[in-house]
Formats: sequence, C-alpha cells, structure tokens
Amino acid sequence: MEKIYNELKDIVGAEFVSNQPEELFIYSRDMGTMLPAAPDFVVMPDSTEEVQKIVLLANREGVPVVPMGGGLVLSGLTRALKGGMVMDLKRMNRILEVNETSRYALVEAGTSQGILQAYLKRHHPGLKHSIPDAPPIATVGGNVLIHGSGHLSQIGGFHSEMLNGMEAVLPTGEIVKTGSCSASPYWFSRAPLPDLSGLFIGWAGTTGIVTKLSIKLFPAHPYNDARVFITGDIELIADVLHRLTGTQLTEDITAGVSCIIGRVQIFPMVIINYGADTKEELTWKRNLIRASVKKYIDDKTGGFAPLPPASRADLLKAPNPQPTQVADEKKGGGFEYVGSIMPIELFAGAYNIGVEISKKFGIDNLMAARIIGGHCMMFSYTYTFNRAIDADVDLARNALHETNNAVLKLGGIPWKAEAPAQKEIIKHMDPNTFQLMNRLRSVLDPKGIMNPGNWEVG
Amino acid sequence: MYELKFNEKICEKCKSIDCLMKCQYMDLGLDEAREEWKKLIRGDDSRVLGDCATCYACEEYCPNKNHPFYMIVERQEEKKAWPVPIPLTEQQLLVMRPRGRIKPQKLRAPVVNMCAFPMLQGTIRGKLFEGASTFGGYDVFCNIMWLHFARNSTIRERLPKMIDNIRNNYLKESGVDEFICFHDECYGTYTHLAPAFGIEVPFKPIHLFEYLTRKLDALKKQIRPLNEKVAYQRPCSNRLVPETQHWVDDIFARIGAERVKRQYDRENALCCAGTIQAQQKDELADDVQKRNIDDMAAAGAKYCVFNCPACFFTMKDLVAERGIIPILMSELCHIALGE
Amino acid sequence: MKHEELLHRCFRCGWCKLPVNFMDINCPSYLKYRFETYSPGGRLWLLRAWLTGDLDASDRFKEVLFSCATCKNCVEACGIPGIKDHLVDMIIAAREEIVNTGKLPPSIRNYLTEIYNRGNPFKKPQSERGDWAKGLDVPVYNGQEYLFYAGDVGSFDESGIKMTRAVASLFLNAGISFGILGENETSDGNDVNALGEKALSEHLAVNNIDQFTKRGIARIITLSPHAFNAMKNAYPLLGGKFEVYHYTQMLNKIIKDKLPLGSFKARVTYHDPCYLGRWNGVYLEPRNILQSVPGLDYMEMGRNMNSALCCGGGGGNYFSDMLGSGQDSSARRRVREAEEYGAEVVAVACPICKKMLEDAVKDEGLENQMRVMDVAQIVIEAKRKQA
Repeated sequence: MEKIYNELKDIVGAEFVSNQPEELFIYSRDMGTMLPAAPDFVVMPDSTEEVQKIVLLANREGVPVVPMGGGLVLSGLTRALKGGMVMDLKRMNRILEVNETSRYALVEAGTSQGILQAYLKRHHPGLKHSIPDAPPIATVGGNVLIHGSGHLSQIGGFHSEMLNGMEAVLPTGEIVKTGSCSASPYWFSRAPLPDLSGLFIGWAGTTGIVTKLSIKLFPAHPYNDARVFITGDIELIADVLHRLTGTQLTEDITAGVSCIIGRVQIFPMVIINYGADTKEELTWKRNLIRASVKKYIDDKTGGFAPLPPASRADLLKAPNPQPTQVADEKKGGGFEYVGSIMPIELFAGAYNIGVEISKKFGIDNLMAARIIGGHCMMFSYTYTFNRAIDADVDLARNALHETNNAVLKLGGIPWKAEAPAQKEIIKHMDPNTFQLMNRLRSVLDPKGIMNPGNWEVG
Repeated sequence: MYELKFNEKICEKCKSIDCLMKCQYMDLGLDEAREEWKKLIRGDDSRVLGDCATCYACEEYCPNKNHPFYMIVERQEEKKAWPVPIPLTEQQLLVMRPRGRIKPQKLRAPVVNMCAFPMLQGTIRGKLFEGASTFGGYDVFCNIMWLHFARNSTIRERLPKMIDNIRNNYLKESGVDEFICFHDECYGTYTHLAPAFGIEVPFKPIHLFEYLTRKLDALKKQIRPLNEKVAYQRPCSNRLVPETQHWVDDIFARIGAERVKRQYDRENALCCAGTIQAQQKDELADDVQKRNIDDMAAAGAKYCVFNCPACFFTMKDLVAERGIIPILMSELCHIALGE
Repeated sequence: MKHEELLHRCFRCGWCKLPVNFMDINCPSYLKYRFETYSPGGRLWLLRAWLTGDLDASDRFKEVLFSCATCKNCVEACGIPGIKDHLVDMIIAAREEIVNTGKLPPSIRNYLTEIYNRGNPFKKPQSERGDWAKGLDVPVYNGQEYLFYAGDVGSFDESGIKMTRAVASLFLNAGISFGILGENETSDGNDVNALGEKALSEHLAVNNIDQFTKRGIARIITLSPHAFNAMKNAYPLLGGKFEVYHYTQMLNKIIKDKLPLGSFKARVTYHDPCYLGRWNGVYLEPRNILQSVPGLDYMEMGRNMNSALCCGGGGGNYFSDMLGSGQDSSARRRVREAEEYGAEVVAVACPICKKMLEDAVKDEGLENQMRVMDVAQIVIEAKRKQA
C-alpha cells in the first residue's frame, strides 16, 4: 500500500493524494442511504496524462479505481465497494472550447454545471446548456455518464443524448476518443461513426474514465416563462403530458405530486418552461401550449394557475435550490430518491406505487417526473430522512429498495441504481444483454479494476 | 340561511340594465342585455355566466343597489358554470382553508387586519403605523375572493366563522371593536357583502385609506410633497364600496401627488386581469392589461399605486417594464414622509 | 458543542463551494486543498464524525477545521435556510472545543500566545503601537468626535501602516475631528474570536469597551473591516454600544465636499473584504468612492460583492498561513482574476486583504503590471494630482 501511495504522490503531487482517515471517511459515503465503503486512497489528478498514469499503476497492481465527479448521485455509486482508490476528477475542470456556430462546448469531465453556466453567460450569452436538478457543483461529465436529464431535456433528451463525443482512459491505460473528434478536429456529433460513447454511458464507471467531453448547447432566449397546469385527476396527467410535449415548443416539462402523511393532498401539477426571442413569440408559444390542452380547459377539468412573479421566477431558476432543500424537510439533512425511467403512459401507475409504499412504510413520498423529449420520463420517488437517526435512514433505504422493485415490476427501470438495485435490474434483463455487458467489460477491463461491485450479479 | 338580498321586481322595472350595459367585458345591446338578464333571473343559461369577468363592477353600476353581481355568482354556482377550472378552485379551497390554529392574542390599537396577506406585514411600518399591531392568516381570511370562483356557498360557510374568530380571538381579548382593513376586499366584505347576505358583523372595519388620511393629517408638518404624477389601479373590491374612493384623492392631495386623468380610472377602471387569467382567457387578459398600462403611460404616470396586493403582484412587473414604478399606497405615503 | 444539533442537517450538497453567481470555486480552503474534506460541507461532516467518536482530532482534522477563512461564502450560497446562517458559527464553535483541549496547531497557538502576552501578534512592544502616526500630527484621542482605531495590522505591518497613514491623512485633510489611542490601543479580538478563543476575545472586547467608555468615546472609525465587525456586532452583546463606521463609509461621506481630487488614470477593480461585504453588507461605499475619482476607469471582476473571493486571510488565516501558499491560494487566484479582467490596480479596503494580495502579485510575477492599493491611497494620489 505504501508503495502505491508513494507512486500516486509522484504522479499527482503529495498534496493531491491522501490516505488520511478524514478523506477516507468522507469519500466512503455519499449523501444517500447506502452504507459506507472506504477506499484506501483518494487521488485527484489534474490531466488526462495523470489519469492514464494512475490507471496504469492501478492496472499493474490490481487496485480498484472508482471515478468520481461531483459525488452527488445519492445512490452510492462512488463508494469504493472493494477498496482501492477513489479518483476525484474535480480538479479537471477546464472549459476547453465553445463553438458558437455549431453550439457545443468541450470541457474536462470535472467541470461543474454552475461554472460552465457562468462561463457561457459571460462569454457566450446567446448559449446555454441543460442544467440538471442537482446542485451547481455537480459535474457535467458525471451527469452525462449517468444518463442525467435537465432543464432542456424536452428539447435535447437525456444529457447523454446531448453528448457529441468524449476522450476516455481505458482500464488498460489507452486514451481513446469517441464521436467526431476521433476523426476530425471538431467535436460536433457522435454520428456518423460507430457509437463507441455508449461503452461509457450508464456503466457506473465500470468501463473506463472519461476525461473530456463535448456537449450540445442551446439558444439562451432573452424571454422566458413558466406555466403551471393543474388537474385533479392523476389519470389525466399522461395525456396532458402527451399533448404538451406534442407542441415541440417547450424546453422543460416536469410534473409534481406529493404524498405527505397527515397533510392535505395538493393536486398534481405540470410545470412547463419555454423561451423565446421576442415577447410576441413568447405569447404565441403560450397560446399554442394552452391550445394543446384546450380539451381539459373547456371541460374545466384542468387549467393553468395564475402565478405570482416570485413563483414564476422560482420555476425559471436553473439550477434550482428547491430539490436540495428537500434534505431539510425533516430537519434531518437527508434524502435519496429512486429516479425511474419509464414510458409516459405509466404516470398514474407510477404514482400509485408511490402512494402504496408511502402508506406501507409510513413515510412521506415526494414524487415528480421530468419528461424527456416527449418519449419517456424520469419519475422520481424522494424519501427524506433524518441522518442523525439510524432507524430513519434504514426506513428510507428499505422504502427505496421496495420502490426499485415495484418500478421494475411496472415496466420502468431504476436510474443510476444503487448496487443492490443494479442486481434487481439484471434479474429483469435479457440474459444475452447482460452477457454482452460482461463480454465487453472483460475486453475493456480484463483485471476488473473499474468500480468493482457495480453491475455484478454476486 | 344567509339569503342574498336580491329583489327580482326591482330588476323587472329597470330600464337601463346598467349592470350589463356598462360592463367592460361584454358588449351587449340594450335588448340583448335585458333578455340575458331575464334569463339569469329565471335561472336559465345565459352567456353572462361564461363571459362575466367577475370584476364586481356591476355592483357599482346598478343604480338600485340590487346586488346584480352577487346574483350572477349565485347563478354560476347553481348552474355549475364554473368561471375557473375546477381543480384550480378546489386547490385554492384547500390552500386557503381555515387551519383552526388560531390562538387568542392581545392586540394594541391601532389594529391592522392583514387578512390573507400576513406576508406583507413588513409594510406596516414607520410613522404611519407607529404602535400598530396586526393579525392575519387563513383563519381570519375574509373569503370574499370566492366570488371569483362562483363559490358563494364557501363564503356563506366560512365567513361567519372568520368573523367569530376575529371577534373571539383578537378583538374581545384586546378590548377593541374596530380594525383597519389592509385590503379593501375585507372592508367590502364587512360593509357590503355581509349585509347583502344577512351576515352579522360585530365590529367596525376602517378603510385603510381613511386611516392613512387621518395619519397624514397628524403628520402634516413632516410631509414633503411628492410633486409626481400617479396612476391609481382601482381594484375590483372597491366596486363594492365606491363611497371610499374619495380617500384616494384625499391622500394624493395631502402628499402632493397628482392623480393622472386617464380613461381607465374611477368608474371606468379595468381589472388587473388576474382573475381573467385564472379563467384561462389569456388574450383578453393581455388586452385588458395592455390598454390599462398604455393608458397610465400616456397619462405620464411615474408611479402606479395599488391598494390590492393581488393586483400589485399581477401587474407590478408589467408596469415596471413600462418604466412606471409599482407601489402600494402606504409605501407612497412613506416616501412623502421621507421614510 | 454549540450548534451541534444543526450539524447533521448539512446535506453536503456543495452549493457552498461556489459563489452565488457560480463563476468559480469560492471557498478558499476547498479551492486550495480540493479534497471534499476541506469544503464547508465536508468540514461539517467531519465535525460530526469527531463528535460521535468516528474520527480523532488529528493534525489533519485541525488543519481542516482551522483552514476555514470564515469568509461566509458558504453562508451566502447555502441552499438550506434552516442552517445557512449558522455555518460559520458551527466552525467557530468547534474551534472553541479544540481551543479548550489546549492542543492547537502551532501557528495558531503562537498567534494566540502573542496576543495574550503582548497584545499583538507581531511580537512588537505595546509602546510602538502608535508609531505609525509619527510625523503626521495625528492627535491622541481627547474628546474628539471620532476615535480612529488602527488595529493590529494597521499598527504594526509595514503595508498596513501605509494604509493607516493614508486614511489618517485624508481625515486630517478633510478636517474630521478624530483622535487615536496610540500605545493605549489594544487588539480588537475579532480574529481571536474567529479562531475559537472565546475567553480571550471577550477579554479584549471588554477591555476595549471599558477604555472607550471611560474616555467618553461614542463614535469609532475603524481601519480594518475585522475591527469594524467586532465593534459593530460583538461588542454590543457585551454592553459596548458605539456608533461604528468603517473608514470607507466615512470617506464616502466626505469625498465630494471636502476632498477636491485630481485625476487617477488607471483601470481599477475593487476587491470586497469579507468582513465588510458579506459580514456587514457594506458594498457600495467603497465603490462610490472609487467611482468619484476623476479619470479612474472602474470595472468589476466577475466575482464581486456577495460573490467575491476571499483573500484567504480571514478567520485567523492571515496569521496561521494555512491558505497563503500555492498556485491555488485564494489570493493568487484573486489577482489572476483581476489580471484576466485587465485591472491595473486592485483596490482594497482591508489591511489584511492588502498584504495578502500584495504578496500574491509578487508570487504571480505581476509587479510590473498590477498594483494593490488601498482605497484611501488611491484618493490620496488623486488628491496630489489636484494639488
């Protein structure tokens, strides 16, 4: 161990590697309910070359490597389940290129959402990127690689779909490029080449370490508005979402409903964000969006709520602090959610799961969905807990586990799933698909050093 | 219980049908207006049920004080002609329901009833409100708002309880029998709506503007005249109590503000359009707001002064975009007092 | 530990690492060390682990704890309303616990010892405290309208002394009625408090309150935002109620009427001191002064006002130097930011910021293109041109 530690020091400098109890404590856990799993080292490279050297060392020594961005997945994916090193990539946060005309940004993988947003506002005010409902320190790379979504997902789909290509260090140390950048100086798309980016997306860091990536940017409109559509009937929501997404005019559509024990049930609401270059265009979009749900307005079963300016401003915030504030719901500093990807028509069924589990466990369930490009949704079940009370954390963990299983049964798939939930997904997965995953991994990572314990059966 | 004091016979004799003829949101000829009004009285379907902007104005227009607006709302509810989508109404009913959490509290005069706007308590400040105490919240909410939602039944159900709450928890405890209404919805409720429905009011409401006028007289020496042009956004609720309008002029005279002459003021005032938006009539709301603010701008107003917080929140950004400063009346007075 | 009941409510979401405008990492200790442990959230989680017995108070633990610059960026940026106002209070409370063990990091122990023994951390005799005023004809306080309080850095540090003299000169020039305490002045206790030595900070505060009261002092102008903070916010809790001004507030009042100025031709940016800005909300007065100077080309850095990056000297770090070295020290990052925005002069309003940024300019090799100047020094230069 000492030898590895010294070699890591040689690679990144003594100040950026640690085997101290303080770092091992913090890096053994995230903010969710998964139990701690401590690494032996924490290392913070500053360049692709340093990443490569570390991986070569790890490969030679058979030491596990757990790549980490913001460390904010909540589902424990950056815990070192089998020891080894956590590689915190946030020193690699340079914004390398912004292409105004083709609307993309090339960044190092540890670049944070907030810093990229501020950079674009300053240097390219006509452009923006899709911001997840994560804190602004969450990394662009991390969110793309977990198939995140955000406030432009109605336009661009999952954040992984907004990826144009990447540079990655393979578990065996080779540096590879995927997408257009592999055959061109430009990082404009994944087409028309074989789509090798998929080798690294959704794998929970088990196939390599992404060091640079190019993402799509979108117009930053000067005029923006948010509307809230309310209906009392949960069964109508899927059709409302279908109609709204059909306009192809919105940037973001989310739906929220909560099940809070002992509190009056607030009606389901659908939040629609859209932007325009002129006031007239904004009004035109508003009218078309309203027209799409005219059926419900005419029969009085739904309608848009007038919004006070402060509420409207809150809804337009990106990133938005409100999802984080859920952590203090119980004055307990904790929450975790099952984010499940599923077709839109399952909205009511997904909601019913939430209500059942809420009742069964006696736990509040804050449910919300982000619609991804009008094709599917990320339906989330958020359980808050008091971090200071072990039983409360256990309760939330159990509710999460049961929710994961119920989602799978319904036809959805847990997103950025905890290691136990990954095993449940594998049970539902076509065996040949899982076999292919394993074959690919054995080629890419013959020694099995990359984030072991994830996407495994045993 | 709590029958609306509406006399059909008065309407039968009415020749002018001012309630509909003067309406700014329905364009009816006299014969059509008479016919539609008859339908309403009979309890038949009428376009009035759907076209009413629920701006309260016909209460002011009716020369016979026969409560035409309250009658329209009665009919809307009977016919389930909901002006606002049902879930919006039901959600609002839940959100603004009495909580039953009220506790007796001793207050010191002058007492200000903040009604549903306790969040604006910060405006009760300075020399104008020195020593004032306040109460507010959904347990003392005047509930007149449900006129916009065709829910007279809710007013009948909740208002008497609110009156009891105010009396039993604040006034009795404090030995006072009057309070200042922060919003003239409350003043209208207690002086106009409650009597129209036969609901007893055991205290004396004071209109905020009357109170401000008195305070400004007391602080006369400290006033530095504003010498500014000001547009007044007259709220729906003031239609119930037009006799209080002169206080706007009285206040303006005291603080050196010029109430700009404009088309959409006084009896001709336009709704802020918040309720029209809730009715999902966005284009109408746009038109009303545009005409209203164009009118203020053309009159050269520097400020747009509000009484109603709902009007303020609905219009403040739009007014500000046109370079006019949105402000509550008491805040305008503070400026004149150098605060 | 005080505020212990709040510790577990930190979600460690990391909003606190960035400024409210997200422009770059804005927590000085996280910026330098980059481990999650040195971020505000990481630090709070470690504190909790220490209190629950999962971690010992190791040297590294203490470094994590004492490297917080108490700059309040975290307070400004935190997304959890229920705890945000107390984030720095929790750190100071934990430091207090460590102080009570007597096992402090050496640099901090030395600082506190010097304050205790000599009344200042510069190892200088008290008799030299008023020497900064030599040749200026500054009166000793004797019933004037204001006491001008120079503080430790303004009295003993070479760079700080230049700043103190500049401010005093301007006040003399403008005919402000003020006096100083000279060798009778004692440390304000602000940074002693920030380091968790509550008893010593209270002792210093009580001494000052006692002396000010006996001398009939009602109004105080401080050179340093740190003293300003102590006297404005901490002293009243101990019975010392004075009208306290930072010198930029006073200068802002008089600059138009009493100080005719010539031009100062330079591109100038202003660096907000944390104890003036985030701690006390004084953002506009220094800017008004600078913008009143003819010819001065004023510009803002991206991180300004409540998003300003700390110089790294707050919370006792000026003395302990836990944040002062390295490429990513706050001060060096700050002057690089100023350079990026094309500033020729970085204006400051705090003697600690001044020294930290002056050193950083040297470390960055920017001496030939950038100066760090106190607001008062800029005004003096402009005044000379007028003369």
